Formats: sequence, structure tokens, C-alpha cells
Amino acid sequence: MTETTAATEATEYGPDDLVEIEVEVNGTVVREKVPPRLLLSDFLRHRLRLTGTHVGCEHGVCGACTVHIDGEPARSCLTFAAQAHGHRVETVESLAAEDGTLHPVQRAFKECHALQCGFCTPGFLMSVAALIRDRDDLRTASDEEIREQIAGNICRCTGYLNIVAAVRRAAELAGETTHETTPDERG
Amino acid sequence: MSTRQFGARVQRNEDDRLIRGKGRFVDDLPLPGAAHGAFVRSTVARARITHLDVSAALAVPGVLRVYTHADIGPLDQPMPLLIPHPCITHPRTQYPLARDEVFYVGQAIAFVVAEDRYIAEDAAALVEVGYEPLPVEVDYEKAAEPGAPLVHADVPGNIAARLAQRSGDPDAAFAAAEHITKIKVRVERSTAAPMECLATAARWDEVSGELTVWDGTQAPIGLRGALASLFDLDEHKVRVIAPDVGGGFGPKVHFPYANEVLVPWAARDLCRPVKWIEDRAENFVHMTHERGQTHEIELAATKDGIVLGLRDRFLHDTGAFIPYGIAVAQVAACQIAGPYRIPNIDVEFACVYTPTVPVTPYRGCGRPQANFALERAMDRLADELGIDRFEIRRRNFIRPDEFPYTRPNLIFADGLPVTYDSGEYERALDTLIEALDLPAFAKQQEEAWKQGRYLGLGLSFYVEGTGLGPYEGGHIRIHPITGKVYVNTGLTTQGQGHETVFAQIVADQLGCSPENVIVVEGDTGAYDWGVATFASRAAVVSGSAIHNTAVKVRRQVIEAAANMLEANPDDIELADGRAYVVGSPAHSVTLAEIATASNPLRYAFNKAAQSATQFAPAARSDGPPLAPGSHPGIEAVDYYSPPHATWAYGVHGAIVEVDPTTFGITVHRYVCVHDCGNMINPTIVEGQVAGGVAQGMGGAFYEKLDYDEDGSLRNAGFMDFLIPYATEIPDIEILHQETPSPLNPLGIKGVGEAGTIPVAQVIASAIDDALRPLNLPPLWSVPLSPSLLYAHVTAGGAR
Amino acid sequence: MKPSGFRYAVPTSLAAAIAVRAEAEDSVILAGGQSLIPTMNFRLANPQVVIDLSRVPGLDGIEVSGGTVRVGAMARQRAVERDPRVHAANPLIRETLRHVAHPVIRNRGTVCGSLAHADPAAELPALLAATRGSVTAQGPGGRRVIPAAEFFEFIFTTSLEPEEILVAAEFPALEPGEGWAFAEFARRHGDFAVAGVAATLLLGDDGRIRRARLAACGVSHVPVVLTECEELLAGQAPTPDVFAEAGRLAQGAVTVADDSTTTAAYRRHVLAGVVEKTLRTALSRTGERR
Repeated sequence: MTETTAATEATEYGPDDLVEIEVEVNGTVVREKVPPRLLLSDFLRHRLRLTGTHVGCEHGVCGACTVHIDGEPARSCLTFAAQAHGHRVETVESLAAEDGTLHPVQRAFKECHALQCGFCTPGFLMSVAALIRDRDDLRTASDEEIREQIAGNICRCTGYLNIVAAVRRAAELAGETTHETTPDERG
Repeated sequence: MSTRQFGARVQRNEDDRLIRGKGRFVDDLPLPGAAHGAFVRSTVARARITHLDVSAALAVPGVLRVYTHADIGPLDQPMPLLIPHPCITHPRTQYPLARDEVFYVGQAIAFVVAEDRYIAEDAAALVEVGYEPLPVEVDYEKAAEPGAPLVHADVPGNIAARLAQRSGDPDAAFAAAEHITKIKVRVERSTAAPMECLATAARWDEVSGELTVWDGTQAPIGLRGALASLFDLDEHKVRVIAPDVGGGFGPKVHFPYANEVLVPWAARDLCRPVKWIEDRAENFVHMTHERGQTHEIELAATKDGIVLGLRDRFLHDTGAFIPYGIAVAQVAACQIAGPYRIPNIDVEFACVYTPTVPVTPYRGCGRPQANFALERAMDRLADELGIDRFEIRRRNFIRPDEFPYTRPNLIFADGLPVTYDSGEYERALDTLIEALDLPAFAKQQEEAWKQGRYLGLGLSFYVEGTGLGPYEGGHIRIHPITGKVYVNTGLTTQGQGHETVFAQIVADQLGCSPENVIVVEGDTGAYDWGVATFASRAAVVSGSAIHNTAVKVRRQVIEAAANMLEANPDDIELADGRAYVVGSPAHSVTLAEIATASNPLRYAFNKAAQSATQFAPAARSDGPPLAPGSHPGIEAVDYYSPPHATWAYGVHGAIVEVDPTTFGITVHRYVCVHDCGNMINPTIVEGQVAGGVAQGMGGAFYEKLDYDEDGSLRNAGFMDFLIPYATEIPDIEILHQETPSPLNPLGIKGVGEAGTIPVAQVIASAIDDALRPLNLPPLWSVPLSPSLLYAHVTAGGAR
Repeated sequence: MKPSGFRYAVPTSLAAAIAVRAEAEDSVILAGGQSLIPTMNFRLANPQVVIDLSRVPGLDGIEVSGGTVRVGAMARQRAVERDPRVHAANPLIRETLRHVAHPVIRNRGTVCGSLAHADPAAELPALLAATRGSVTAQGPGGRRVIPAAEFFEFIFTTSLEPEEILVAAEFPALEPGEGWAFAEFARRHGDFAVAGVAATLLLGDDGRIRRARLAACGVSHVPVVLTECEELLAGQAPTPDVFAEAGRLAQGAVTVADDSTTTAAYRRHVLAGVVEKTLRTALSRTGERR
């Protein structure tokens, strides 16, 4: 049973109760009722039929499930759908423009043959999209630096070579960014 | 003129949907109303099941069924032995759901079906299983010793199979040897860990009586055969579709897994679609493993390092069952002499049962193990004789003028004696030597040692039998309205780029863009002649079949165009999706028009149909619209059946540094020289090599399945089974050599497994070289780890 | 793997959160979830009640004042990592955070969550121990500050009472001129360390070591302050030989036994090297912050 006690200011849901959530997903506000334990990855994939986000491990290591929560990459397998209430979620389906034009990172992955089976790819795309948005130095960054930035996503097919190239290419395609990074933030 | 597509770095056709998140992996497919499965798995390696109570599970709201072996009718039988062989004296395969006994941690005992996976897992946790544990011996070397606990009570010594093969006169060679090197090496068990785990969904159509199964398999046609047989259906009533599959690497060619029969069973029983999506923890104890082998290998040589004889005795860990037969061991045995002449070979193996996950091929299929054994021995021989490691290999290579080179009585997976068809081994070695700049490295190494740094160089030469039969087929049809070329073949892709490379082959024949060639495979409903994707064979066998088919289609197109343009077929060229008369490019007709015109129509249902009649009829004939012996449309079928395997090869070298404070390694350079014959798409080839090297690196230094003595897997997850990230994989330099295969029209050899095969030896060899000042014994087993290296160095007395 | 069912509590005040926690027999706090949710997905943890702190206002603050960096329970690791005031006051915090998992995990994970989770192989507990920080806990009985030395009791076990919630962590600022370093050796980028060390080094006007602070992760059942090293170093000249001696001495702190992948002897060897490395790096940074 759901209980809200004025005195305790806490809403409690039983395991079989449904939590009403309102989430902005890829620009559209979505209202759904979810069990407390429903993972965000499953919510996106099965409730909203946004199957681009994939599930590779459900313990946060492989990165295939990476989406953006409030603009920052996050593991959707380590988030309950209920936690997304009041927040903004973006998935790989939001990268291309409405008219179908590919996002620079998508173009770069295709140009550089940075995917083979494609299962890990959405997670990489979301991680790298945020990366090139936040940094303007990736065009000239070393391989080592780029590899550090993409560690945290596992690919079993490509051996990562072409993904490194794709990150650089994506930065090229994205052109100048407007983000100002202070020396402190870049440490 | 069209640009030649074969050999071009064409961007992939399959990428668009994958980068948009519109891939169609099994769990992505809409299947309204589907119920979800979850397995109850054994938590004990070897036990009698004394008690099995599903009542609590059944009582959970939302649970539809809980199946045990008693509930699955004719499915309750041992699953087939897929590749029988007379040497398998004690074949054992498992029941889909355990009966009275379990044989490994992870073995399926019950199958729960519920409204969703969450509920199914809740219910699975409530199934009560009582075990009476039996003694176990997990280590396969110990399991093969007298007195070891038996996995199967009626299999003496835990030996499933034993095969001895002799080529030439090895006894004489050893008797006459001036020097004998003998070593023992061990490769530990590993798992492919594709990013997408196993997945099966099924739907029974009650009206048509058809079963449709979507499965992440590498063998849809094979699986269809198995399902038709098990469910007693005609094959055309069973449709197996492998949609997008997130990595295969071998284990997904094995069938039928328990899920592959139980999901269809439940779907029929419930009159509802059912799906089962494996999770990562399960994958570690359900999807098959591979790599465990121990070789005692001897080389009989002259004092100049010419190896005249090889003797190898090895044990192969087959896990608790042997459903795929001896494939891995057989391939290892046949490749044991690598690229070297070694005319006298004595190789014998035994496949040992252990109470662990069954073993079936994983990328390399025994070649990595054989390569490790042989190349470690060659390094050792070189060291003992005081001959340079590169030089000793050079002295033993099969020379180009010696091909085809046969090893009598060493029977490969194609059922024929190992016969190498072509290659330039020495040229590959020289290419590597030049790329590594050995003299410069020698100086670097001396400097490094002076500074207390450990820098070393390793190498490994491998051969790879590829392109196995029995055959594959191709089917091509040009669609009338769109002019798009549809291509089918029987095997299927898990990321290797078939939608592109096969399109390139066809585009060359038809003068169109590869983007307009649509490859549809992996669906027995679309095309169902063929075998499967494994053993680096798709490009060779399906590629050749599709080429043969495209040649036929080209002839049809040219003849039809010649009729339509009232020209001579010899004067017709195909380019840019059109057929035109040489010399008058304006006088042309499109593939769409040709296809439309070749199908005598009554109804002009659209403009294309209308416009096709502007030209002379496609089939010039005074007789009936469809001439006797001809067929409507532009369509053809053809096949390719390889006479025997075609042998690719390569050599890898790496410069590795060992950090004495952590015993971690840094790979400063990794160079691959490889030869897979003519390359359809060099970019895709490089992707395959790089991916293979990464898996090889994992197997050399990171990935080890950590079984405890009771048979439980300690590291059944990505936290502790260490798959390398981008930071652990070096830059990989890939140099191509192309010695065309004489065995198929395109001169192709396979490359899918190439990258993986030599890596363990390269790393071990490099570390040995780096630590030379410490005078340690060589490294004999993989995977290595910093902790193992530390023990190795300190045991050697060095600090 | 899907988690088992649980009661889900969403308090909108700290008092409410504490009340729920006090009443529940078996509850966990959901802050970032990056350590908690994997264990729940594996069904290694099956709590009855999950208390989501994200809607309790005022818990995500990051403050620097009076020589202390104060990090609220819901402050994300990445926010702390990026905060220029934190970095100015105590740069060891950012350097340590850079070694915690991967940036994507740090976007959600919280500093306090990692401390409360108390994995002895984790970097943040070692940071707290080395810097002599503290945490603030709040329960039905009120608020109390627990110094690092009294907080970590055992693997995944802290001295928090069952009804208490961690509401903040406090890290002292570095002294002017104090050097700092965090280093670890892990099998893969972002993994828990085989051994890791957080260190600070303060020199006197005479160039000798006035105060060295070191704590190690991954070597014991709790993060270990390397007391013997600290005592050895105090008053010594900061030379390579002294640092090497400190490394050798540190090896005694390793209490983790051999496991199936890593021997204790190897771990000791790594710890010695990491200690030396952090001391060298910290030395090179003395005088940077004046």
C-alpha cells in the first residue's frame, strides 16, 4: 500500500505498488506508473520501446546501457526508473536530428568503421557525444588520452582502434564547441 | 565505368540502423504479449538431485509455468552429438533440464515462465533443490589421473575421446635427432563474453502450425533442423531467424542450448510468445567455454635448428559434456606443426570430462593452444641451440614452391589430410622484421636494461585453415520496381559486415552501388540452404557462392539488356545501375527496367511497368512470352563447395615492457602481418584482425575463469572477469600481404579468427625476452597476470 | 539479473528519512546507487526498504570554509571533482576521484555513498583516512561527527548505527605548501586497486619532512593509515632512500591473504612501489600551494 504521512513527509511504496513518474525522454514528457524495482534500462527498452539502449551486464561495468540523465552520461542499468522522476533522459535515439541527419558522433563511427556487431555502440555514442560536447581539445588529443576517456565502455568486436579514431573524427565534425572550460576543470 | 568494389574500403550498409539505435537484436524485437523465462541453475558442480519442489515458485502471482524434466515430453532426452567421430568412445550430452543429477554449476534444472523477467527470477529463487554432492575434480589434468572422481560414472578415467595421428615416421625422426627440445605448456579456460548474451524468442502460430524462433545463433539452419526433429515438424514449418546478433565468436554456433528448445516448448504449451534473454551472470555458467589444454610437446631437430619431427601429447578439457565433438582438439592437433615443414608428426590427444561448463569452439578453436605450444617450443629450441628466434623459423618454413603441402594422415575438420595451398611465409616474416626494426630495438633494449627497465620483443607465426565446407549457397534476385538487388545466403552475421562485403561482390558483377545491394541472411524463411558461420568461412564459402551466383545474374542482365537495346550482348556494359551499349552511354536501360521487362506482365500497374514496354521485349522470341526453359525475372542460385580448407597465415610481433614495481605490462608496439588472400574490404579485414588481437590480449593477460576446487566459478561477472577496456589494448599496426587462394574464384582466405591465434605466445615470448637479464625459466602458461609474473620472478631468485 | 522486490521510500526531509530508517528493520540508503544497485541486481543485497535521498533538499551541498571541505550526502562525485573551490582547498580530492571507477559512474555516484559503502579497496575511504577527515551522521538521537579513524570497522562495515544516515563528509584543507598525491595500481583502468595510496607531505622550513600522512586501500579489511611510515618520515630528509624505506615499512600493513588471483606477497610488493611513487609525487608538489 502507498502511504504518505504528513507527519513523516515520506511517500512509501510497497513492492507491488506502482510509482507515478513523470520523465522527459528525448524531449517528450512521459507519464508512467512503474514498480519501484524497475530498472531505467528496462523502462526505456520495454515500456517506452526505445530499444536502442542495450543491456550488457547489469552491473555497471560494460557501459552498453549508457544514456544521459540531465545531460550527463549515466548507466541506466544502475538507476531505477523511479529515480528518473522529474529528470531528463536522453537515449541514442535522440542523437540524430528530426530530419534524420546524423549527429557528428554517429557519422564519425560510420566513417571510421568503429562498430561491428553494434551492440555496445549506443553506449559508446552517448558517452562520446557528451565527451565532444564538453571538451574542445579532442581533435589533437593523443591516443592515450582518448583511450582513457573511453575506458568504461567495453567493445568485444573492434579492439577499440577505430573507436579511438572515431572520437577524434567526431570532434573534427563537431567543429568548434562553445563550452568554456576553465583550467581548473581540466585539471 | 564503375569503380571496382572488391578491395575497396566501402562503408558498411548495416551501420545506419545500428548507429541510430534501430538495431534488431532479439530482445529489441516487438513481441506483444510475450511471457518471459528464467532458469533455475545448479549451484553445485556434481550432485544427485534428491529433492525438487516447484510449488512455492508456482504460487508466485504472475508465474505461468515451472518446467522440470518431467514436464517437457519428448524434449527430455540427451541433446544431439553434433559432430560425431569414431574416436569419441564415450560421448555424453546433456538433457535440456537436469534429471536426477547435475554435472556443473550453472546446469539448467528448471525453467520458469512468468509475465516478466523480474517475477520469473523471484519464482526461480523459490524453487527448492536438494543436492547430495558428489566428489569433484575440477582440474582436467588431475581429472585424467587414475582414481580421480568420475564426472560420468560409466566413463572410465573421465576420457571422452582419444585420437592419435601420425604423419611420416616420427619415431625415426626422433631416433636420428641431434637435439630434442621438450616442454609442457598450459592454456587456461576462457569464455568469449560477447556483448549480447544468448537470447531466444519463440511464437507458435496455431493456425498455420508454424513455429518461429528468433535466436542469437550463428547456425539458424542447423538449429532449424534440430527443432524440426525434436518437435517432429516438417522443416518448412519451422522458421529460425538470427536477427542482429551482438557478437558470436564461436559459442553461438553450438546448438541446441537448453533455452533453444525450452522457449519454443513453452510458447506452444502456453499458446503465447515466450522469450528468454540471458543475463551476464548466467552467460558465464551457461554459454560454452573453451581454451583449456595442456601440451607436452617435443621437437626433434638438427643442430642447425631444422625440425624433423614433432611429438605432442595433449589433454583437452571438454567440460561436463562433449556435444560439439572433438572439433577444438582436432583443429589443435592438425595445426600443431604450424607453418613449418616438420615432415614427421606424432600427435595424440585425450578429451577429458570435468564437472564444468561444456566446451565448444571459441574464436581460434584450438589454434591458439596449438600455436602457443609450438611457438613456445620453437623459442625454446632457438634458445637451446643458440639460434636467433626469427632465423630458426625462417629455416623451417614451407617454401612457396612446395605448395600444395600435405601432411598425410593428419585429418583436418574438412575430413581431408591437412593441405596448405599457398603462402609466402618468409616474406611475411621479413615484413615483420622490417617493421620492428630489430637492430634499433636491440639498442633500445640494452639501454633499457641498463636503466633497470625490462623491455622485450616477442613474435609468433601462425597458420589458419579456413573456408571449410561442406558448402554455402547464394540466391540473388533483382527487384523489378526498385532495381534493388536482393542477396541471400544461408549463414549469418554477428558483426562481420556481410551486408557490405557480399554487396561488394555482387556490385562488381552488376555494375551497381553496394548501397543498392541488400543482403538478407540468417532467416531460414528467406533462404535455407547452407551451414553456419564459424571457422573463418563466411567470406570464402558464402562469398564464393554469391560470386558464382552474381556471375549468372550478370549474364541474365546482359542478355536481357541486349534484347531491350537491340544490341549485341558483347557490346553491353554494366555501370551505375544501368546497362548501356559501349560507345553510346545515353542508349541505356536501368536494372529496374531490365528486371521488370524480364517478367512478362499483363498489368501496367505503375509507370515502371509501363515504361518497360518502350523497349523491345526482354526475351526475344517468337514463341510464348516466357520461352520454354527460361524463368521470369532476373534471378539465380548457385553454390560453392570448397575442395578443402584454404590456409591463411600471419606473424605478429610486439614490444612489451614489464614494470618491476607492479609487474603490469605496457605494449609499446603491436604489429600484425597477415595474409588472408585477396581482401574484399580491407577496412573490415582490419577490424576483424584488431578485434581478434584484443580478444587474444584478454586471453594472454587478463581473462581467466577462476574455478574453485568445488567447481564454483568465482568470477562470474565483469567485475572480476577482466575484459580489457581501450586502455588495456595497444595500438595495432596491421600490414597486409595478399597471396590469393587458388581454391576459389575470388582468391579469398578467411580472417575472422586470425587476430586471436598468436597473441598469447607473442606476449609470453616478449615477457621472456624482457626478463632475460634475470635468467628465469620461460613462461609456460597463459593467461599471465602481474601477480603470476611477480611469483615467476621471485621464484627465480631475482629481486 | 533483476533486483528482488522492496519497499521504496521517498522522504522529502531529513527527519522523515531518519524516521523511515529507524522504523525499518532492514533498510538501505539510495544515494548514487552505483555501489548499491549492482549488489541488488545480483541479489546479493535484498533489502526490505530502499530509502531514496534524492528528494531531501539541502543534501547535495559542497562547501569550503574554515579550512574544511564539506560534502553533502547527495553531492555527486563528479560535482566534487569539478568544483574549483574544492580543488583549491585540497587538490588531493580531485586526484583521488579521478581514480574512482569511470567518469560515467562518477556522474551518479556520491562521495558519501562510497564512504558509507566502506569497500576497503575503494579510493575515497583511503582519502578520508589519510587526510584525517570525518563524517557527520544523523539519527533519531541527533547528529554526531565521526572521525575517519573511528568510522571504518570492517569490510563493508562502518560504525554507523542502524538508524543513522550519513549526511556529510568533511575533508580538511591542505596546509599552504603541502604536497599531495594519489596513486594506485589496478589491473584495468578504473578497477579497484591491488593497492592504492593517498598521501600528503608537508616540509618544514629546514626542508625536512614536518608531517607525512599516508593511507592505503586494497590491502586490508579497512583503509589503513600507514602509521609506521608516517612516524618514520617525520623529521627525515625527503630523499629517495627514505621513501624506499617507507615503502618497505608499509608492506606490514597488508593483511589481505592470498586469493585466487593475487598473492599477499605481490600485494606487498605493489604497495611498496605505490608508497614510493606517491611520496615522490607529493614531494614534487610541495610549495605549489602557498
